[in-house]
Amino acid sequence: MEQLIEILKELHDDVDYNECETLVEDGILNSLDIVAIITEIDDRFDVRIPAEEILPENFNSAKALWELIERLDD
Amino acid sequence: MLTNILQYLEATKDTHPNKIAFSDGKDSLTFSQLYAKSKSVGAHLARRGIYKRPVAVLMDKHPNTLTACFGAVYAGCFYAVIDSAMPEHRIGLIIDTLKSDILIYDKKNQKLAARLAEQGVFGGEMILWDDICDIPTDSADDMALELVRRRQIDTDPIYVVFTSGSTGVPKGVVAAHRSVIDYTESLCEAIGFDENTVFGNQTPLYFDAPLKEIMPTLKFGATTYLIPKVNFMFPVKLCEYLNEHKINTVCWVVSALTMISSLGALEKTPPKYLTTVCFGSEVFPRRQYELWRETLPDARFFNLYGPTEATGMSTYWKADRQLEEDEPIPIGVPFRNTDIILLSDDGGAVTEADVAGEICMRGTCVTLGYYNNPEKTADAFILNPLNTAYPEYIYRTGDLGKYNKHGELVFISRRDTQIKHQGHRIELGEIEAVTQELDGVGRAACVYDSEDKRIVMYYSGECDEKELKAQLSRRLPSYMIPAQINKMERLPLTPNGKIDRRLLLDMALGKK
Repeated sequence: MEQLIEILKELHDDVDYNECETLVEDGILNSLDIVAIITEIDDRFDVRIPAEEILPENFNSAKALWELIERLDD
Repeated sequence: MLTNILQYLEATKDTHPNKIAFSDGKDSLTFSQLYAKSKSVGAHLARRGIYKRPVAVLMDKHPNTLTACFGAVYAGCFYAVIDSAMPEHRIGLIIDTLKSDILIYDKKNQKLAARLAEQGVFGGEMILWDDICDIPTDSADDMALELVRRRQIDTDPIYVVFTSGSTGVPKGVVAAHRSVIDYTESLCEAIGFDENTVFGNQTPLYFDAPLKEIMPTLKFGATTYLIPKVNFMFPVKLCEYLNEHKINTVCWVVSALTMISSLGALEKTPPKYLTTVCFGSEVFPRRQYELWRETLPDARFFNLYGPTEATGMSTYWKADRQLEEDEPIPIGVPFRNTDIILLSDDGGAVTEADVAGEICMRGTCVTLGYYNNPEKTADAFILNPLNTAYPEYIYRTGDLGKYNKHGELVFISRRDTQIKHQGHRIELGEIEAVTQELDGVGRAACVYDSEDKRIVMYYSGECDEKELKAQLSRRLPSYMIPAQINKMERLPLTPNGKIDRRLLLDMALGKK
């Protein structure tokens, strides 16, 4: 989880990722961020996020994203 | 005789009254509704005697926004759509340039409008769109609008579109009816739209880019879906949206197309109704381009190129031949009634293949200039140096291009530090100028890492990186905020005392 937050901090270091659950709704992430996050997750966790999992609910918080990584890693 | 863009709407509202003109997937306007609401807005402005004035439109991407724009044109005024996601400071710079005394806003932007008034950013009259969109017009209104129409000529402005300016203040490109009519006719002829075209619009309404969808929709009675921005973050959802609305034509920036192809959504949910794909604004990575072509073997692909200053797009390349291994996708040939001059450094025109020159446009497409900015206008809108017999204005793009062996134009690079990032045209000089105005900053320089598509900034001063980024976020739109900010003791200089941008770029590339 810490490593994931590190990735997210590199994109926007002024966001409290432990708390924020509206990364998509509030327009904090943009489309380039989504691409960057997917690439970084692939590089660092060796987890490939398939197109059908690239959904708002999976990117709205660090927690949701972490759960997605864990689910895909199994 | 076509002299006013509203003539397209007035003809189509009779031939296709109940067809959907614009929709965002939830809310829609038919051609007759579009006409009635636009006229209602226009009548309201005309009743107040507002004529030939810039009307600021603070409304989001929605069909209603177009009625505010056309309403302004009905009143003989011209519109400037304001990006509400921009920091208020930059909205202020735009309003200062416009010197607008009328602003139309929607309910979503009510709070922002109130803040702009409170802080003195906007001192004029603010009108809620909902209050003026459905006022029944009477015969006096009709007569007033008719009088306006009789006074209007095709060199009167329709819109002002703001683009990044290297001095730190955005520049407003102002375009006239005749340029937009010329663009509409030549674009439709080249690409071949008709009443069965269903557009999926991507670009925001505060640019000239959506004219590609808006104008053919009015001309033919086609339909445009204004796709909500959030869809462009989620590729499968976006493809599902395209399929749900049977969208057959898209004219998108390259990054929106590659987002779909690079994340695997093309295989998962192919956009099966697409028959025409226009792209532009950036270089299409070949691998992604091929993926699209393989998925849609029967679709027609066009590369479009053009600056806002020459109204929408100026050239097109139809992808009807196989490109060589490392051949860049050409920008092709000019639309009808547009002439391209490749100006060489010695002031002559380049005609032979593989020789670089500055791309200049000649024709009705050339816009009126930068609003309230004679200096910048004189720099870029120049007298044609090849014609000394009479005054003929051309627009110099600052882009370097050449002809390939097929006689097609190919884009090479910029002459200056303007970049294309996320489909936005950005002057790195604007980011630098804004940064250098901040307390605790000495000098600042930005470079663009085109491989990883990120803006990297180097600066000197006491201000720390985090604070600097926070301050920039209050002054610049998010797409202009550098991805990486590095503090330095002092910026490296070349032997003749200029900032050594080459060295900074090497540092940016090496630091990855």
